[in-house]
Formats: sequence, structure tokens, C-alpha cells
Amino acid sequence: MKRQRTAWLFVAPATLHLLVFALIPIFASLYLSFFKWHILKPARPFVGIHNYSSTLVEPKFWNAMWNSTRYAIVSVPLGIIVALLVAVLVNQKLKGITVFRTIFYTPSITSGVATAMLWIYIYLPEHGLINSMLSALGKNNKTDFLNDPAWAMWALVFMSVWTGLGPRMVLFLAGIVGIPQTLYEAAELDGASMLRQFWSVTLPMLAPTTLFVLLTSTISAFQVFTPVYMMTKGGPLDTTDVIGYHIYWEAWSKFNVGMASAQTFLLLIVIAAIAAFQYRIMKNQLEGYSVA
Amino acid sequence: MSIDNQQQLDQSIKKAQAADLAGRITVGLLLLVGSIVFMAPFYLMLTMSLKTRGEIDTTSVWSWPQTVTWDNYKTVLQNPNVNFVQFFKNTVFVAALSTLGCVLSSSMVAYGFARIKFAGRDRLFILVIATMMLPGIVTMIPTYVLYKYLNWVNTYYPLIVPAYFGGGAFNIFLLRQYFMGIPRELDEAAILDGASHWTIFSRVVLPLSGPALATVGIFAFIYNWRDFMGPLLYLNDPQMQTLEVGLSTYNSLRDQQWHLLMAGSVLVSVPLIIIFFVGQRYFVKGIVMSGMK
Repeated sequence: MKRQRTAWLFVAPATLHLLVFALIPIFASLYLSFFKWHILKPARPFVGIHNYSSTLVEPKFWNAMWNSTRYAIVSVPLGIIVALLVAVLVNQKLKGITVFRTIFYTPSITSGVATAMLWIYIYLPEHGLINSMLSALGKNNKTDFLNDPAWAMWALVFMSVWTGLGPRMVLFLAGIVGIPQTLYEAAELDGASMLRQFWSVTLPMLAPTTLFVLLTSTISAFQVFTPVYMMTKGGPLDTTDVIGYHIYWEAWSKFNVGMASAQTFLLLIVIAAIAAFQYRIMKNQLEGYSVA
Repeated sequence: MSIDNQQQLDQSIKKAQAADLAGRITVGLLLLVGSIVFMAPFYLMLTMSLKTRGEIDTTSVWSWPQTVTWDNYKTVLQNPNVNFVQFFKNTVFVAALSTLGCVLSSSMVAYGFARIKFAGRDRLFILVIATMMLPGIVTMIPTYVLYKYLNWVNTYYPLIVPAYFGGGAFNIFLLRQYFMGIPRELDEAAILDGASHWTIFSRVVLPLSGPALATVGIFAFIYNWRDFMGPLLYLNDPQMQTLEVGLSTYNSLRDQQWHLLMAGSVLVSVPLIIIFFVGQRYFVKGIVMSGMK
């Protein structure tokens, strides 16, 4: 009995956190979604499913969902592929390899606001880094990437590969380091080339890591906020109005707390569907961890 | 016969060595090109912060400043409307206290999950880990309402207190894996000596977990330093702001004052880069040794 009490004391902070910052907010969010509420006003009339029904016929909501989807569909696989390749490279036993690891990690630990402002400059039409590089190559390009509806979203995606590389790279690196060396020796004896070894040993052995990275990257892709807030404010023509920014704007600019909660809840369902899709594999992975 | 064999062997070793060398050179070149591409934006940030406004408008983005000027930094540091010195103090205060809470509470919880058997442990652990997957935006509004009722809006509590409640699922997970790798014989010896779990936790497990604790601490500090949404939502008083939100007010000066924007960006980023550089030798070790594979 005493041991039980000690154990619960040890895990009490996380249990309280689970209740106060996760479970209760989920239900509170559901509750609030049935009311019309301006956060600074006391009146909070019950409106039933009105927030849901009007959200579901709101083109701007669907636009935001679509924007987040296309952001995730491109930025997540692109980010994962780049991170995996870089992880393979920085796993080589070369002198000074930690310097390279640090370099590739640095964008992820730099101030997010500074990064956003830096990339605004990079994307400028006249003096920007990209267009001045193009003009150095003899191609006179004046695209205003962040104000061009055809480009703005891809500009954010491209930047996300740069800012998001670090943690993904380290997770892959840890995964690669954990692959038993004997597998590579066996493959080498069978005459497998480097490429073949990567394809038949590294990739399959990294499946759990890849799933973990895939899931966490997808979830954070659906919540991207700071770059949008700093760089495009959802524009031009709402082409970068992603769901995270849309909900923020609904809640704190229009003060439609009930409506924002309904949208939050719809987002949660979408993300839960994605997570459930990979639940089994994720579960196996977690069990694998507890064995380790 | 045996001489032929020897020659063949020598040849294939030479071939393998040549291939190995070629491979190393290729990898080295790829890394070099990749890191130049990755560093280019930082080069831009640094050189622009050292140029005058006129020079930015008239010279190539790639050029090194004709005369290095520190005036931009002086201007940013002395701006009375966006008080960087004050913001620096605020940020260090918030980040240090959150980091402390994060390291203390995540290690405690991780110990409970790693070392003590109790009813419902595994189910609770899965639930705690699952919150890693819970999008922060889902809890944003109810959490705000909670802090509003507690009268905590426009105080530092919303930015600090949550760290003392477990310190985040990922950190718990990381530390639990690490603690599980510490031989149990050590605990058993301590138990035979009559030690409690608190003693084992503080005297046996924590002293052996330096790299993992450093990893968690460094990342918690960086995370809190970079937090943007938190201060944006909860701090209204301009004097209480953190660097990240303070820096974002310079965004309205874009189009004309790039020299100041970049000087501010360097000021906010440099402490992070220093901490990361100092701590980076721990964290790959910390993550690898905790069996994150």
C-alpha cells in the first residue's frame, strides 16, 4: 500500500497535468462550442449546434482546412526525406561531424520570429536572396513570393524544411545509431551496394522512427502559426489562411469563442482520424520501447 | 598459387580503400554544400545587422559590410518603446523558472513510471504519452478561460506554472527510457540499506542521469525562450513582454528598417545558439542512450 502511495506521489504532477491541461480542456472545448460567447462579455447564450452547422457551410473554414492539408501533404514528406538523407550523411564517421550536426540543427533553435523576418527578406521581390540569386544566374525574376497567391504557400513550405530539420534529423540519427552493425556486415557479405543496404536495412529498421516523426510532424503541420502570423497574415487572398491561424483569428480577433471552439473540435476529429489511422503501428512502437 | 591469392587480396583491399576514400570525399562535399546552403540565411542576418540602411539598399545582399557598424545594435538596445534589456530579463526569468520546473517534475514522474510498479501504471503512461499527440490549439481557449478565472492573465504564472506539472510528455518519455537503462541492482542495494524511493531517486538515479537531464533542460530552456503564442496571449503589459514578442513588433518596420530588424534578430537568437552549442555534446548522447531508436 505504501508503495502505491509513493508511486502516485511521483506521477501526480503528470496526472494533474493530464486532467487540467488535456482532458478537462477537451470537454470544456466541446461545452463552449454550443454557446455564443464574446470572451469579454458576460452573456453566453446556448445556441445548440449552430456553431457547427454554420462552420460546416462556411467557405473560409473549408479553405483553411484545405490550406492546412496541402501544407501538411507537401511539407511533411519533404521534411522527412530531407531529414533522413541528412541523418545518413551526419552519421558518417568524419572528423568534425558534430560541427555539421550543429549547423543543421541551428535553424530549429533560432528565434521563430527572427527566422520569419529573415525569410521575409529572402523572399523579397527586389533585394531578396532568391531573386538576387536568380539574377546572378542571368534570370531576371521579380516574383513577390509572399504576396503571390500561386507562391505564398510553397514559400512557407520551403521554409519549414529549413526550420524543421533539426529534431527530425536527431530522431533519425538516433534510430540509425541503434541499428545493429551485424545487419550491415551480413548485407556486405551478400555483396549489397551502399544504396541497397540503405534500402533493405536502414529504411525498414527505421520504420518505427519514421512513423513517430510522421505523426508528430503531421500534427505540428496542422498547427503551424508563427510563420503565418509573421509573414502572410493568412494572405494573399486567404491562400495561406491555415486552420491554426484561422482559429486564432476567430477567437482573438473576432472574439467568437464558441465558434472557434467548434472549429477546434472539428480539427481535433480530423487529427484524431489521422492518428487512429496509424494507432496500431504506433502502439507496437511504444511496446517496443518498453521492452528496450 | 598463394602468391597470386595474396596479390588478389592486396588489390581488392586497395580497391575497397579507394572506394572508401571516394565515398568519404563525396559525403564530405555533400555536407559542405548542404551546410553552406543552411548557413546562408544566417550570414545574411549577420551582415545586414552590421550594415547601414543606405548600404543595404545599394549593395548586393552577399557583400560583407564596407564598414562594420554597431549602431544598429545600439539603436535596438536603447529603443525606449521596445525595451530589449527589460525583455531580456523577463525572458530569462520565465525560461529559467520553467526549465527548473520541467526538469524537476519530468524526472520525478519518469522515475515513478520507470522504477515503481503500481496498479494502472502502463495505462496511465500511455495516456500521458498520448497528450504528446494532442494539438496545443485544442486546449488554447479553455486554458485561457481557466487562467482568466484564476486572474492569472497578464502575469507570468501561465508561462511558468504548467512546467511544474510533469514538464511535457516527451521529456517524461525520454527520461523514463533513460532511467530504465540504469541497472536495477543499484536500487536493490540501496533498498537493502533501507533507502526509500525518494532517496534512490535523488541519490542514485539523478546523479547517474546527467546527459539526459541536460538534454531535457537545454530543450526546455530553448522552448520557453522561443515561445511566442504564450506571451502573446497572456501578457498585455508592454513592460512584461518577452524578447520573442518584443522582436515581433519590429515586423511593422519591414520595408524600411531591415538593419534594425536584423540586429534585433541576432540579439534574440545569439543566446539560444550559445546555449545549444554548449549543450549539444550532451543531447545526442542523451537521446541515443535513452533508447530512442
